[in-house]
Amino acid sequence: MSAGGFSRRRLVALVRKETRQMLRDRSNLVVGLLLPLVLVLLFGYGLSFDVRNGRIAVVMEDSSAATSSIVAGLAGSDYLDPIWTNSMVEAEGMIRVGRADAILRVPPDFTRDVVSGGAQLQLILNGVDSNTAQSIESYATGAIQMALAHIADRQGSAAPSGVTVVQRVWFNEANTSTWFLVPGLIVLVMTLIGAFLTSLLIAREWERGTLEALFVTPMRPLELVLAKLAPYLVIGAIDLVMCLIAARYLFGVPMRGSLWIITLSSMLYLLVSLALGLVISGVTRNQFAASQMALLASFMPAMMLSGFVFDLRNVPPVIQMVSQILPATHFMGLIKTLFMAGDYWPQILRANAILALYAVLLIYLSWRMLAKRLD
Amino acid sequence: MTGLTVRAEALQKRFHDRDLGTVTAVDGLTLEIRSGELTALVGPDGAGKTTLIRMIAGLLRPDAGALQVLGIDVIRDPQAVQDRISYMPQKFGLYEDLSVQENLVLYADLHAVPLAERQQRFARMLQMTDLAAFTARPAGKLSGGMKQKLGLACTLVRSPDLLLLDEPSVGVDPLSRRELWKIIQQLVDEDHLSVIISTAYLDEAARCAQVFVMNEGRLLDQGPPATLRQKASGLTFTATPPAGQPARQLQARLIDAPDLIIDAVPQGDNVHFIQQPGADLADLLGGAAVQPRPEELEDAFMILLRGESEGQPISTPPTQPAPAMPARRGDGPVIVVRDLVRKFGDFTAVASTSFDVARGEVFGLLGPNGAGKTTTFRMLCGLLPATSGQLEVAGLNLRHARAQARARIGYVAQKFSLYGNLTVRENLQFFGGAYGLAGRDLRDRIAAMTRQFDLEPAAKSGLLPAGYKQRLAMATGLLHGPEILFLDEPTSGIDPLARRAFWRTITALAQTGVTIIITTHFMEEAEYCDRIAIQDAGEMLAIGTPREVREKAGPEGAKDMNSAFIAIVEAARARRAGQVAA
Repeated sequence: MSAGGFSRRRLVALVRKETRQMLRDRSNLVVGLLLPLVLVLLFGYGLSFDVRNGRIAVVMEDSSAATSSIVAGLAGSDYLDPIWTNSMVEAEGMIRVGRADAILRVPPDFTRDVVSGGAQLQLILNGVDSNTAQSIESYATGAIQMALAHIADRQGSAAPSGVTVVQRVWFNEANTSTWFLVPGLIVLVMTLIGAFLTSLLIAREWERGTLEALFVTPMRPLELVLAKLAPYLVIGAIDLVMCLIAARYLFGVPMRGSLWIITLSSMLYLLVSLALGLVISGVTRNQFAASQMALLASFMPAMMLSGFVFDLRNVPPVIQMVSQILPATHFMGLIKTLFMAGDYWPQILRANAILALYAVLLIYLSWRMLAKRLD
Repeated sequence: MTGLTVRAEALQKRFHDRDLGTVTAVDGLTLEIRSGELTALVGPDGAGKTTLIRMIAGLLRPDAGALQVLGIDVIRDPQAVQDRISYMPQKFGLYEDLSVQENLVLYADLHAVPLAERQQRFARMLQMTDLAAFTARPAGKLSGGMKQKLGLACTLVRSPDLLLLDEPSVGVDPLSRRELWKIIQQLVDEDHLSVIISTAYLDEAARCAQVFVMNEGRLLDQGPPATLRQKASGLTFTATPPAGQPARQLQARLIDAPDLIIDAVPQGDNVHFIQQPGADLADLLGGAAVQPRPEELEDAFMILLRGESEGQPISTPPTQPAPAMPARRGDGPVIVVRDLVRKFGDFTAVASTSFDVARGEVFGLLGPNGAGKTTTFRMLCGLLPATSGQLEVAGLNLRHARAQARARIGYVAQKFSLYGNLTVRENLQFFGGAYGLAGRDLRDRIAAMTRQFDLEPAAKSGLLPAGYKQRLAMATGLLHGPEILFLDEPTSGIDPLARRAFWRTITALAQTGVTIIITTHFMEEAEYCDRIAIQDAGEMLAIGTPREVREKAGPEGAKDMNSAFIAIVEAARARRAGQVAA
């Protein structure tokens, strides 16, 4: 009678049970379907690192055709919003109370110096928010250079400085952070399902004592692990479709890699994330501890350390090493390349191999953790 | 049918606890359990019953010894055993968000019950458990007794070679308990099922073919109930106190003399006691009439356990009863309830209830699960407002003066609700502060309480044994010198020995003038009360002294409180059903 192995019938029974439980607990559906939708809209529309209407206080200590064309160049930019001031003192006051992000000062002998060469403009940036400061700096210098080129053009000479720098940003040509954030959001959503939904599953059964009854049946631990993963893979797939549609049609993010590689890699990462949730659940055996731990061990690192927001090349080596341990980091790199650059096979193979390894390891761990023992 | 289902040899199981160190739960246990029989495991808390059952189920691995279940070495191949047995853990193992039918189907699928066999099996289980009308209801919405029957039905979706039941009747009322046993008995009689059941109720053990008495991980004795009972032969008596003296008082006097008396419990207006062999009781009994009575399994159990703790008194009686603080006398009832109603939506939890409780009384509230006891209780404590009716506690109307009323009552919750990582003294200091005690008053009260309940102030609360935790909970409830103490199912899941100790404390408290309101599932405990009330479906069915209530139940119920309770509740239910039909 001891069948010895895996039974499809028991698996089906367990999958049915998990699906029913998932569908009946409304909080599951809120976290699984509604929260990802909110995140997509929030990050897509609300969160942006772009600077628009950067307020720049202009101090004109010289007045001529050249200076007015520079100022006109600033006003013509979408990204800058010049405010006219009468003195340096006033401009400094504005920056101090936060009514201006930068000061552009045109010195008294500017027009004369333009003619003789070696003219100088003073640009003072409020460095409290360095991201904004950097953006404004580049917008302002860009606008000024354009204006200078116009002046030179009008005077019929070559550009005042011998070299003209043509700036160009690759991949994210529009330089909008939406393009950069939305693919990363897929990582976040997949992590969320694992961290918040599956991390509770085994812990709940420990707490309610149902696992004890389940253990003393012919059920095999692997059947339970697979049954717990199945319904949440479906939820994750729905979320993935939602993210892809939003990325393509709502935010117009390019999708240069092939759709099926994006889908397969995402599902593989989803599996890793779900299995990690199960392992956490099995270790803690307590729903509260499991959700806390899942938050700290998977969601937060995926947000902070995977390269979602912060460029990993700029972080200290130790943090870089930590980030390399996270499956999220590998998937983050992959999905951004897939969206922005296209199919780059060495990276696709490497990242998916790492993810597959994690999936196998974590499923093995969660299987061991349900080894039908209470001690 | 003959042969053994379980065979254990020198079985040992230890647990490691960071605070308590190594605890030996099962200590060199050797036993043989026959198949086709009903076998009971009895013993006080911490006897190792649950650990043994879990080892038999292959859920725990013994540290030493051999264990064979159904002829299989369960240590080597637990799955082979788990394929053939069924097990109901203490928490039933039901999925509360699945319906009755879905729970049954899940377990049937897991046990690979053929579809053809299934319909017939389900029909029989549903009929036995009276759940046929509720197949679509989620398990979480069933009453406690129904949940337990469903748990049993799920373990019986196929006929197992061995059925393990771990304390199935904890926290379940007598009616549900009786139904559960009817099912088990039927299965053993008709299917010759082998059943191992652990229980805190000796009357349940008395129905089994074999009884194993365990204590502190070891086997004290074993045998059929009739054989075990003989241990108490010739030592069991009934004492009738002189007219006017409450039985409780005589019982307290007897139980405080461990050299002469092994055990004493009030029973009706009498006291049932077991004497030490050859003891001279003339002085102690002081004029009470004594008659021999037939010995019961519980008597043998008490003798066995008392033999373990030689000469120690069952409880440390309060040496110095702390004075009942405020001497607000003025006779007349301390609790007045008139036409009390509580509705939740369109569900009536308590329907038009009226009663009084006199000062210094021990008042018991009894009723099956879902009878409205807890709701009544919470309204009396001012935790829940009444929908309508009048409620006076300690002379204060709860509608207007809830805060003042609360200062005069103490409350001991069913679960240990103190801070486990604080010491006894710290817990008392905190709760004293919460009641507005401070400085010298607080110190004096804490000293009085720790003395009265024999508590060690520096001990960590979470590590106290269960009985002492309860004493601490009571000390906390009494700290501010309340006139009334509320206890919500204080003895649920506690073994007979600890229950004796608990009631000794209650008896002593009542003598100091504190009024006590208590709920319980153990009907024999009603005998300790001055008056009791029986509730069902929100209605007050009977109220009076234990004797009056028993008499009200008619000839069927007169012999003990358990049958009285069942008779009264069933009569009321039949009446209601008749009204609905008409």
